[in-house]
Amino acid sequence: MTESIFTIISNEKIAKNTYKMVLSGTAEGCAPGKFVNIKIDGLFLRRPISVCDYEDGKLTLVYKAVGKGTEAMAKMGAGTPLNVLAYLGNGYDLTKSGEAPMLIGGGVGVPPLYMCAKKLIAEGKKVTVILGFNTAEEVFYKEEFEALGARVLVATADGSVGVKGFVTNAMEEVEGYSYFYTCGPEPMLKAVYGATSTSGEFSFEERMGCGFGACVGCTCKTKYGNKRICKDGPVLVKEEIIW
Amino acid sequence: MVNTKVTLSGLELDNPIIPASGTFGFGYEMAEFYDINVLGSFSFKGTTAEPRFGNPTPRIAETPCGMLNAVGLQNPGVDKVIAEELPKMEKVFHKKVIANVGGFSVKEYAETCEKLDAVDSVGLLEVNISCPNVHGGGISFGTDAKAAYEVTKAVKAVTKKPVYMKLSPNVTDITEIARACEAAGADGISLINTLMGMRIDLRRKAPIIKNKTGGLSGPAIFPIAVRMVYQVYEAVKIPLIGMGGVQSAEDVIELMLAGATGVEVGAANLVSPTVCRDIINDLPTVMEKYNITNLADIIGGAH
Repeated sequence: MTESIFTIISNEKIAKNTYKMVLSGTAEGCAPGKFVNIKIDGLFLRRPISVCDYEDGKLTLVYKAVGKGTEAMAKMGAGTPLNVLAYLGNGYDLTKSGEAPMLIGGGVGVPPLYMCAKKLIAEGKKVTVILGFNTAEEVFYKEEFEALGARVLVATADGSVGVKGFVTNAMEEVEGYSYFYTCGPEPMLKAVYGATSTSGEFSFEERMGCGFGACVGCTCKTKYGNKRICKDGPVLVKEEIIW
Repeated sequence: MVNTKVTLSGLELDNPIIPASGTFGFGYEMAEFYDINVLGSFSFKGTTAEPRFGNPTPRIAETPCGMLNAVGLQNPGVDKVIAEELPKMEKVFHKKVIANVGGFSVKEYAETCEKLDAVDSVGLLEVNISCPNVHGGGISFGTDAKAAYEVTKAVKAVTKKPVYMKLSPNVTDITEIARACEAAGADGISLINTLMGMRIDLRRKAPIIKNKTGGLSGPAIFPIAVRMVYQVYEAVKIPLIGMGGVQSAEDVIELMLAGATGVEVGAANLVSPTVCRDIINDLPTVMEKYNITNLADIIGGAH
């Protein structure tokens, strides 16, 4: 966990309101499911963005431009230096995956699953990825997951790509899985909680002050006690979650 | 060579820089970023008699040049703080710490302070009678001179450590409350706590913060802090710890000129976790720039 300067190598639109930013910067402490907290000129609080990938000295972030901070990020060009706190949070525990893990992502919950899939496939696991979006123009990273060697199922709310409906509809096509990792909007996480039969891990989102546990602005109650989403999370295991 | 030492009611600090309560946990999270022994001291997370979860989330909202928080005094309760948090803190911080105490009744404030009085590593008690985010306590003691007097009196009766009362800016006349605390025997005054504010989410058409209101902090409130420290300095004789939107060594000097002996840094820690170390490193150069050799000499210098 350090504050350092990353430099933007590229920043491009890959789907509706969705951008992929590649930066050079430290790898120290990077792991699937962790996040970085980015300082943006003119805004007081940093913006937490989950790690999508890290390889060859390059950090990839995929984010949706939805507010002042991410809209400012979308306009940044190559060569821009960014003050980044990295890497924060607990991340996914890949040692629990079993032989055939299922990864379920919805919208901007998809990116953290990419590095997760990459590591699991490198370990020889048979990975199934379920991606949920509202509509075709929002779909991203389907080919990237396929290129890793994962089986990929897409669900769109309007049926324009893949299964019509939600990730839980696509999950019905998966015959067996050993464990799961998921990230997405809270209603989706809740649906996944109800639709899964094994244990698994959920990555949560919350408005944060600091991102490193000092302000306790993002605390939630769990069966294992109070947890700070930024420091003790963002990943919680299925058994501890209270909806 | 410049001298940055200051003394708060007998507690000698290497420099006036004190991370503010609620922005620094119990120190050990921040020790992952730097050696926190460079600090003058720090004020630990507001502690109450009983464990508190605090308010539901969202508790945080951004504002122009600052932020709102409505954490609501989340803490494990004084017994667990003493048994679990302070031993962890003492491993990474070897100076005297400031114990920040919250409460919901005069009796509760006194009980918590009495327990913390017995802790060696506590050098000073900062009694928060100004939390805007809890109901039926906190700020209600800091907006009424009589109640502020009673809390101060009760706390003073149970501790030998210096007692600083932390005041709210959400009052018509902060000097009246400060005078009441001084009359009750307070050793010093800490000011200012956050200002009550609100942000509304345009998509949901509802307040962003679940508690609806939150306390405004950050550089947006700095001039208010300077004004109130200036006013209270003229109203009382006891030393002041000034805070509110401090971000730089220049801000520290400005608050000291207004009348602060110690200076707390709050919201800035959340954005730049090493800001206090950076301020301490910058202080000698900034002091030289303004021809200051002994920092303690400038306290109240603007009057």
